[in-house]
Parts: sequence; structure tokens; C-alpha cells
Amino acid sequence: MADTPSQNPDRKSGYTSDRGIAGAFEGETVTRRRFMEGTALAVGGVASAAFGLPALGFALGPMFEDTSSTRWQPVGPEDDFTDSDYVPRVINVAPDIGDAGKTTIYVRRFNKKMDKVIKGQDPQPYVAISTRCAHLGCPVAYKEAAQKFICPCHGGIYGVQGEVLGGPPVRPLDRFYTRVGNDGQVEIGDRFSLNSQLERFSPRDPSNHLDGLWQYLYPSRPTT
Amino acid sequence: MKMPSPPIPKFLRPSPPRPGRNGRDGRPNGGHMPAPPSTKEQASEAGASVVGWLDERSGMSPFLRGFLYRKVPKGTNWYYTFGSATMFAFLSQAVTGVFLAMYYEPDPTRAYESASHITNDVFLGELVRGMHKWGSSVMIILIFLHMGRTFVFGAYKYPRELNWIIGVVLLVLTLAMGLTGYLLPFDQRSFWATVVAVNINASGPVIGPYLADFLRAGAEFGGTTISRFYAIHMLLIPLLIAALIGAHLYLVAKLGTTAPPWLKAEKKELAKEEI
Repeated sequence: MADTPSQNPDRKSGYTSDRGIAGAFEGETVTRRRFMEGTALAVGGVASAAFGLPALGFALGPMFEDTSSTRWQPVGPEDDFTDSDYVPRVINVAPDIGDAGKTTIYVRRFNKKMDKVIKGQDPQPYVAISTRCAHLGCPVAYKEAAQKFICPCHGGIYGVQGEVLGGPPVRPLDRFYTRVGNDGQVEIGDRFSLNSQLERFSPRDPSNHLDGLWQYLYPSRPTT
Repeated sequence: MKMPSPPIPKFLRPSPPRPGRNGRDGRPNGGHMPAPPSTKEQASEAGASVVGWLDERSGMSPFLRGFLYRKVPKGTNWYYTFGSATMFAFLSQAVTGVFLAMYYEPDPTRAYESASHITNDVFLGELVRGMHKWGSSVMIILIFLHMGRTFVFGAYKYPRELNWIIGVVLLVLTLAMGLTGYLLPFDQRSFWATVVAVNINASGPVIGPYLADFLRAGAEFGGTTISRFYAIHMLLIPLLIAALIGAHLYLVAKLGTTAPPWLKAEKKELAKEEI
């Protein structure tokens, strides 16, 4: 504020002189050193983003894309299954990785007396129960004598419907969509999850609650 | 620039030349011509001149001298070696890991076979894989001993809080190494343990499911899950650990170490008596 343009004819802009930039041209507001600093940082930032962002997207991509496309897998003719007992079948949930991609499911026919029909959801012709424990994903086994699904890892116990009877699981066992193909084969489709009322939800990870307000804390996948 | 003389015991050091003689070989100093240097002398000269050449161009010696010959407080004891023991455990993991990577195949159909091939067929494979496997536990144990020493001696206090924080990040990264490495043998135990571990990640509200999908590369344990774990295990985390160890050591050298608490207590007692 020391000298105004009227007092100092060398300085034409009061704005420039205020900032005390030696040898500045009219209208200059930033020193060249600062300008170069900013330019170098900006160019470095752009260059880093140019390889960093694609790499990040590359790593995070699978979270936002549907990695398991719908495949209907035949598991046997209709005569193989009854509406009272579960029959174990092996299906492939991840192709091309050998045994690691296979999983056991338990299949029986839909039983009108026993199985609940949820309003607004078409009942599946077959009940195909996933053996992926709803606690942390260990494989459960169906014990026919006890009519229960038992998890070996942390002691989760499920009833005939896959509903939780005891132990740490937070929701019933998942199921798969089923249909009967043109050749009379029972076919298994995508996985879906259930809350404790056996209402259908998009597939969630084990350990994700689905009752009450909990369902909003565990979002469904962007793709399903 | 004079290099610090290496700490060799006295009886191993070369004796200085006797007066009136030219060199250690004992040839008489004929008055005019100095005797040509022996092969041994030339060799030792070559070593010194290489070090001198490097030092003149890099200016390393003041830094190295400051780092290696820094003063440590009175009372420094064996408990202060847990940190460098941890670092050597990491180096051992790094070296054995690099060589295991020469035989290991991160493919769901090949991983188990290649791992058992290392153990059963490769020369010294059982030893190197065993070192890597047991070394991981050793490294975790050493970290906790080091951390316990730091805590009990109060060495995390001002001005060393930042080093404690870096150390905690290193601990978390090392645990992540344990998690990602556990899948790689790809037997029943490692497969199901990893399924459980990923689902524990999924149990976190809001971001948990996304984190699990990131780790698995999708909704199901699929074809690229194992290569993803392998890349994180052998590239991403080791680089971060190495960089943070550098920062950790820099701060140790810059701030120095603390004396054991009992010496501080003695000092306080003395001060009280003086009053």
C-alpha cells in the first residue's frame, strides 16, 4: 500500500505493486517462480493420474461388473427329486477353475404343504439350497437323520427350509433359481438370498444381515 | 575424505612398515628407487580406490558414518535388536519369496501342483518353502516383541510418535501379507480359510461387500482371485513395506533411540538427591 500509481510512475498497476513483485509486467499477479511451481505440480499430477486412474479402475472393475453370467445347469430329470427329501447335486459357480469352482447344492421339489409362498414372488418349482454357510461361507452338510444343515466351521445349524436354528449365521441359507427345461431336466440358475421371513433378495455375501434396517447397511451389488 | 577404519581386531591389522624399509615385504629401501608395490598391496589399494571413487561421486560416507556409527544411549541392550531382527526376517521372506516365485504358478488349476512340486521335487525346495512358511510366523512374532519393547520402554513418546504410527502401518501390512500368502498353497485349508477371511471383510457395513468383491474380483471365488492375491502378496505389499521400512529407519537414525526406563529413573533419583 506504500506507493500508488500516481506517486510512482514506474508502476502502472496498483494491484501489481501491492504484491511487491519485482520487475512484473502490467497485470501480473503471480511470480514466475510460483507459476512454474504450480505448472510442474499440475503436469506431474496429470501424468500420475494418466497411469494411476486406469490402473485403479482395472483393479476395482470387477466390483462393478457382472462376473457371473446366468447359466442354467441341468442337474437331473424330474424323477430324481421328491418333495420330502433333499438330493445333493454338484454345480459349477465359477467356470474353468476346476474343483475350486464347484459347489454342492441340495435339491427337492417345492412342497405346497410345507413351503411358504411369499406375496409378489413366484414360487420356484424346486427348492435348491446353497451349502454356503450364511455366517462366513464354509460348506454346510445336510444331516438327514436330524433333518438339519450343519456347518463344520463355527457350528451354524439350519432347519429344513434353510432357516437359522442356532449358531452365528445371520440369515437363512441362500437358494438358487430353478426351472424345468424342455427336455424334462431340472435346471439351476442364479443364486438369491433370503431374509428370516424367506423373502427373496439379490445375492449377498455371507455375514450380511437382511432383516429390518440391516438390509440397508449391506447394499446389493450394482449389477444385480 | 577419510573412511572410518573397519573394526578389525588388532592382531589382524597389517603392521606399519619398519623405518628404513620400503614396504611390508621387507625389501631394503635402496636410497633412490622405491620398490614396486606387491600384488597384495595393489589389491588392497584397488579396494580402497573403488570405495573412494564411489564416495567422491555419491558423498555417501558422511551419511553412512552418521547412520552406522551413531551414538546410542547408555544401557542399550539386546532388547533393542528386535527391530533389526524383524528387518532381517523381512529380507529372508523377500529373498525366499523371489525364488519360490520361479517355480510357483498362480493359477487355480496349477497352484497346488506347483506348490507340491516345489516341496517334493525341486532341489532344496522343501527348505526354501519351509523358510518362507515358518519365517512368516517368525516375522509376526518378532514384530510383536519389537512393538512390546517400544511400548514398555516408552520409546513411542515425543518425538517418536510418527515412527510408532509407521510401525503400526507396517504391522498391518505384514498381517495382510499373511492373509494373502495363506491362499497360495491352494489346499483345502488355505482355500476355506481365505473364503472365511474374505467373508469377514464382507461383514463390514456399507463398504464390506465392496471390499470382498475387490478381493475376490467378483461375487464368487473365481479364476482371477488367486492371481490377484498373488500380485498383492508379491508386488504391492512388499513394495509398500520396503518403502516404509526406509522411512522407519530414517527416523530411527534421525531421532536416535531412547535409554531404557530404569536409567531415566536413576537420573531422576540423582536429581532429587541433589536438590
